[in-house]
Amino acid sequence: MTDQVMDPATVAEKPAKPKGPLIYRQSIFTRLTHWIWAIAMFFLLLTGLQIYNAHPTLYIGEQSGFEFDNAVLRIGAENTPEGPRGFTTIFGQKFDTTGVLGMSELRGNTNFIGFPGWATIPSVRDLATGRVVHFFFAWVFVAALAVWFVASLLNRHLWRDIILKPRDIRDLPRDIWDHITFRFKHGRSYTPLQKAAYFGVFAILFPLIILTGLTMSPAMNAGWPWLVDIFGGRQTARTIHFVVMVLLVLFFVVHVAMVVLAGPINELRSMITGYYRTSPGTEPDNKDKSNG
Amino acid sequence: MAELIYNRRRLLGLGAAGAGSLLLAGCDSFDFLAQRNHPVRDFLERANGLTYAAQRALVGDQALAREFSESEIRQGQRPNGTTDPRTNVAEYSQLVETNFANYRLRITGLVETPKEYTLTELQNMPSRTQITRHDCVEGWSCIAKWTGVPLSRLLDEAKVKPQAKFALYHCYDQYGGGLSAAVNYYTSSDLIDAFHPQTICSYGLNGAALPVANGAPVRVRIERALGYKQPKYVHTIELVDGFSTIGRGQGGYWEDNGYDWYGGI
Repeated sequence: MTDQVMDPATVAEKPAKPKGPLIYRQSIFTRLTHWIWAIAMFFLLLTGLQIYNAHPTLYIGEQSGFEFDNAVLRIGAENTPEGPRGFTTIFGQKFDTTGVLGMSELRGNTNFIGFPGWATIPSVRDLATGRVVHFFFAWVFVAALAVWFVASLLNRHLWRDIILKPRDIRDLPRDIWDHITFRFKHGRSYTPLQKAAYFGVFAILFPLIILTGLTMSPAMNAGWPWLVDIFGGRQTARTIHFVVMVLLVLFFVVHVAMVVLAGPINELRSMITGYYRTSPGTEPDNKDKSNG
Repeated sequence: MAELIYNRRRLLGLGAAGAGSLLLAGCDSFDFLAQRNHPVRDFLERANGLTYAAQRALVGDQALAREFSESEIRQGQRPNGTTDPRTNVAEYSQLVETNFANYRLRITGLVETPKEYTLTELQNMPSRTQITRHDCVEGWSCIAKWTGVPLSRLLDEAKVKPQAKFALYHCYDQYGGGLSAAVNYYTSSDLIDAFHPQTICSYGLNGAALPVANGAPVRVRIERALGYKQPKYVHTIELVDGFSTIGRGQGGYWEDNGYDWYGGI
């Protein structure tokens, strides 16, 4: 990595910025599923918040405490001496979130609702529609994951870019430092930190959000009772589903920030055409050599 | 090559613009999805049929919903939906006043011998008691103990005809009224759920008589489905081969209002 940091003298000598070879990096399956997920997760998120709004409280355990307290997150509105306000309570800590959570404006009207209209599909309270759209895209999401998994197993994307090898673990601290200092290496395969991030998404977050979603289904509870056991109750599963959603939103924010910082044209091109401009010194062949 | 690069740039631009507009568009851009019978919504709703088929394939017809111990009943059963039909249904008020002496549960439609049961007759039949978790479509859950007659017993006595495909549950409680015509609550299930061993016509809740707020005198429990498939104030169970001519044709009150028919997730 360090030998690729540009030496001012080198830059002065060469009129053009040195370029590495343009390589075919992302297979059609990786690219297609990437954009299918982008669309599916957009709808899953916004309809998920709609579904959450039907009962904007999360609990730990099998049931929801109405006569006892097992809530961990509660969004609501209350009357105060200054009029109604929106509140969010997390682990007993109460925050005034008027304007966004609990109480917000939609087209000039004040709404007493968990997440605001701009963050839900449809914008008004409509659980039935939220569910129809959510479950449609849940199928799309899972189908894309199945296609991606089989293709990535066969074209070695999984082994090359997602599975962390001992060498990746060893190089991880340095790669984290490279990312913190915005020194990005563009190689044939992903860098250790990229592998760790995508491994977390594919091996942990995606399975978790699918399984906790299924755990909320009373029919699946009868068929696969172990689902409820591994998550410690239906309401805990609902809470984990929500937490994983927050983690995936955080992943999305970092993911887009990294694309912008690492060169958005090159990164977007690789996810549309498959071709990626690598760093100087990268082997031009497609062999699994330049392991960051 | 130059053309290729131009095309790629164009493609990149289009992709970025598409992704950007998707994210930046106010979400009311998708409010059309709320329209019943919009072709896009009709298409998305087909996923509900896939979910039904998949769950029927994955979950055994006889697989039981989990039953809990007495210690897990930590609160009363939360009433939801209609909690007192006496406010707008005179016939129901009279039933409550006479302690359901004139109540009859009817098994009708595609059966060999239509049947009628008084509440006392139901209470004197062999009963089943189960402590189960009630899952509302809104997202909350509540554990309670339900006691009642297995519906399969009543259906066997009436002898369901082979052409019957669904059981329709007709209820006393009414929704709407005022400007729009009031409609009675109803829902339906397939015969797998109707004959399921845990499907009971419950008349007892947590060791006492089923209260009005929870559906007295009889609430049908379909334990592997969401709360809107647990009809309250049931007076008639009608066996049918389809439900397209009833209500708005979707098989239930909430189903007619955009909720999925199966209600298993």
